Amino acid sequence: MLELAIRGSKKYYGWMLLLLGIIGVGFLFYLKQLDFGLGITGMSRDVSWGFYIAQFTFLVGVAAGGVMVVLPYYLHDYKVYGRVTILGEFLAIAAVVMCLLFIIVDLGQPMRLFNVPLYPTPNSVLFWDMIVLNGYLFLNIIVGWNVLEAERNGVHYQAWVKPFIYLSIPWAISIHTVTAYLYAGLPGRGFWLTAILAPRFLSSAFASGPALLILLCLFIRKTTNFDPGREAIQTLAKTVAYAICLNVFFFLCEIFTVFYSQIPEHMDHFKYLFVGLHGHGAYVPWMWTSLALMVLGIILLVNPLTRKNEGVLAVACVVIFAGTWIDKGMGMISGGFVPNPLHEVSEYIPSVPELIISLAVWCVGFLVLSALYKIAVSVKEETRA
Amino acid sequence: MDSSRRQILKFFGISALAMSTKPVLDAFAAGQAAGDAEANEHTQSGPDALKARQWAMVIDTREFHSLEDVEPLIEACHKIHNVPHLPVKRHEIKWIWETEYKHAFPMKGARFMAEDLQHRPILVLCNHCENPPCCRACPTQATFKRESDGIVLMDFHRCIGCRFCMAACPFGARSFNFRDPRPFIAETNKQFPTRAKGVVEKCNFCAERLAVGQQPACVEASEDKITFGDLYDPESKVRELIKTNYTIRRKQSLGTEPAIYYIV
Amino acid sequence: MKKSKGVIIGIIIFLAVVTFPFLYNRGKAAPVPELVLTETAKAAQQCVRSKDYMQREHMKILDLWRHTVVRSGERVYVNPQGKEFNMSLSNTCLDCHSNKAEFCDRCHDYASVRPYCWDCHIDNPKESK
Repeated sequence: MLELAIRGSKKYYGWMLLLLGIIGVGFLFYLKQLDFGLGITGMSRDVSWGFYIAQFTFLVGVAAGGVMVVLPYYLHDYKVYGRVTILGEFLAIAAVVMCLLFIIVDLGQPMRLFNVPLYPTPNSVLFWDMIVLNGYLFLNIIVGWNVLEAERNGVHYQAWVKPFIYLSIPWAISIHTVTAYLYAGLPGRGFWLTAILAPRFLSSAFASGPALLILLCLFIRKTTNFDPGREAIQTLAKTVAYAICLNVFFFLCEIFTVFYSQIPEHMDHFKYLFVGLHGHGAYVPWMWTSLALMVLGIILLVNPLTRKNEGVLAVACVVIFAGTWIDKGMGMISGGFVPNPLHEVSEYIPSVPELIISLAVWCVGFLVLSALYKIAVSVKEETRA
Repeated sequence: MDSSRRQILKFFGISALAMSTKPVLDAFAAGQAAGDAEANEHTQSGPDALKARQWAMVIDTREFHSLEDVEPLIEACHKIHNVPHLPVKRHEIKWIWETEYKHAFPMKGARFMAEDLQHRPILVLCNHCENPPCCRACPTQATFKRESDGIVLMDFHRCIGCRFCMAACPFGARSFNFRDPRPFIAETNKQFPTRAKGVVEKCNFCAERLAVGQQPACVEASEDKITFGDLYDPESKVRELIKTNYTIRRKQSLGTEPAIYYIV
Repeated sequence: MKKSKGVIIGIIIFLAVVTFPFLYNRGKAAPVPELVLTETAKAAQQCVRSKDYMQREHMKILDLWRHTVVRSGERVYVNPQGKEFNMSLSNTCLDCHSNKAEFCDRCHDYASVRPYCWDCHIDNPKESK
């Protein structure tokens, strides 16, 4: 089926070349980073994780979000999703590829990457993260590819694929749980030290992932002969609606515990993000924007009149994707590091090379996504023709 | 599945099996060969090495009044360990440094404390915790708690620079080499290595000095204001000081069991 | 037939690319380097282990040394003859072999290996500056 990815229209080639161009530029900046060290980023002794790890965290969510179509289809035989499960699985593959790349570009000694499997350390959450992320990548490749190939050949997929499908469902939950545990088990980082971090991560994942999937479905319907189906899109929209409501609810639970208890070590991070601390508040406008976007998303999606209008639905999905991205891709990581363990405030602002490298990793993801979706859509067009 | 594909799969399966067993066989073969030649080769600690179950430190903060009192200690440590002095604050590397009470012990200060206590320089460094969260977090065991004497150490050969330990440390004791440190070392101590870019570093309790019977550099430079010894030796001087003085530790409530005790 | 033509051209290009480094460097093989021993090294007669062993296995000894020193804190190596050495690259190895350029680098360059020892370890411990 791979040949389908290299046969396409001029527009498809143009898009892929554009992505490759940006990736090339980003790679040059990465070479610079390899040569100079991570000093070319905005990270510091106090904020030792930055934009890269934040993108990684957000994208693990997008990857896990794919399970929101896989689960109803395979566990509840919800036939409407039959057309979109492959899109969910391929989105997960592209997202996990980005996750792994963001981890790699964040390493100070990337050539020693294999020290992780070489010295297996079960007490380190990062060790488990490596296992679940790679596992999820392979599960989705195995399942997505085999099911799509079977569909192309007009047969039912083979029986041995089934256990992998079932396994991939809890596995999707595990990737974001383990990613939350990276943060939620660290003493002395009050912002993350909360049992609701993993549920919060998952709810935001099940909003942002399917929101992106809806946008992709709408795009595919507009530009190709394959229609993922109005009902599938509408059901997905309901998933997004519930998930974003839960996400805001969990956030408010956190706010209650932190501010009613009045424990400074937990409060100060929220103060820094939402009102500024000791005169520092670079993230204040962003965080309020994020909250406003998520609330707007709830209004647009919970109300059936606006949800059923696909134009409004598209806007709502963009709004929710942006809102959750700011929340997790910007605030979640630097918020945890400010103030630092000595209660000093040093802010983190990503540098330009850091942003270009990040953009390039996103482009790698979209390159993988475009190729995979090209294959999937071509097969769907073939079988429906 | 057609037969040719089945054969290819079989081939790969057998190859994989062969590849995974070969190292094991090699190891057996090597073990036999090495048996004769390397039987007598071994390693040991030096005759003067200081030993303890858990090294600990008592810092008498009452004896430190101004920057002049602490700077020689910091200087002594940073000089012998080739700790670079980086111009950009973001990239700063420090093993031991001074800070105010409210930063060393956040949430532990009385509001109207004596001026002297509020502003006296408090030395902070790696706490060599008995239950270190950094070692729990490290995915490669590059940072580890040495069983023989409880020092939390860094294996710079193995560190991949993921900085999980920096996030895990509740004391901000760790620094990362954001760039090649060598150009920023004013005077290199040739007895001690420098670091490469991309690895995390921190205080090593002067493991290299203990191995040859010397006290840590900061202790030596402190003129008895800092005491160093075995926490589990009831006869040790640190135990004596802890028993006869009221001591506090940084963020005791987190359960990491820091091995640096402060007399305030 | 139309397809096989493309395949053949592909194979030719592949072979050309793969064999390029060999063809490019043909007849330009560098001579096997001669190791230079310092006076101190000559006077010592034997290294930590026999010359033959050191030639083959020095990297294994160094790996053992760095592992033992860093991780278990033992700093003394006792060789099969019972002689003790301080396990230190800069302070023991380079004490005799103070000519890193003629002793280490030559062979490493020839074999195209780039050990990262010198990123951290001081390569001229005896020089005053």
